[in-house]
Amino acid sequence: MQVPILKQGGYLIASIQSVLSDADLIQLRDNLGARVGTYRSRGVIIDVTVLDVIDSFATRMLRGIAHMLKLRGAETVIVGIQPDVAFAMVQLGLTLEGVGTALDLEEGLAYLDLKTKRVTRDGS
Amino acid sequence: MEAESQTQSQTSINSATDIVTARQRGRALALELGFNGADVTLIAAAISEVARNIVDHAKNGEILMAPLQNGHSSSRLGIQIIARDQGPGIRDVAQAMQYGYSTRKGLGVGLPGAKWLMDEFDIASEVGRGTTITMRKWKR
Repeated sequence: MQVPILKQGGYLIASIQSVLSDADLIQLRDNLGARVGTYRSRGVIIDVTVLDVIDSFATRMLRGIAHMLKLRGAETVIVGIQPDVAFAMVQLGLTLEGVGTALDLEEGLAYLDLKTKRVTRDGS
Repeated sequence: MEAESQTQSQTSINSATDIVTARQRGRALALELGFNGADVTLIAAAISEVARNIVDHAKNGEILMAPLQNGHSSSRLGIQIIARDQGPGIRDVAQAMQYGYSTRKGLGVGLPGAKWLMDEFDIASEVGRGTTITMRKWKR
């Protein structure tokens, strides 16, 4: 199932709706990579609240997406990792090193506001 | 309600989509057996890793899941998951079980990670014949 990507101001919000297959994650990566350019987005939120498991493949993909978007000039924040899912990731030794994480959408937006704060071109 | 949902289930693993199916079945069985939420997630994650191992290295295989009973008591006490394939096998099992070792471009955490998630983990592999992983988790 494809992940819908919403545009919210200067940010993109990818809200995962159901359990994802590997192909869905790859599709998400490609779509985000393109949309960040289309909308000149400075920040991306990936909401993983519904994911029941984040395994090594999903971790690698999320990390890859965040690093790729960073190279495109956008900050990424992963929000909504459930407590049990986080615990399983720790047990598996999986980390989202170098990737922003926040509790929920609200915190994610606050994180991006902080991260993408910069002087605009006309100095205002 | 699915009939015989507590009996052994068998899931063919032929593609990445089957990984999701296997872990959802494992999650359902673990829930039925009364595992707590954290353990259910650990079991689902372990299934995800061994299923992925099949897809990545053997292409095809299967995952068998069954409740485990204590020999003397009729109460169900655990879950057993067997992942088997007739793939190329693992030349050096000890090396494959090393954290961070991967023959592919993976993180190399799948198999050792699954071992950490479960209470018991056994891997038998023969080059050219395939690999069988048996893992168990007991209710606390």
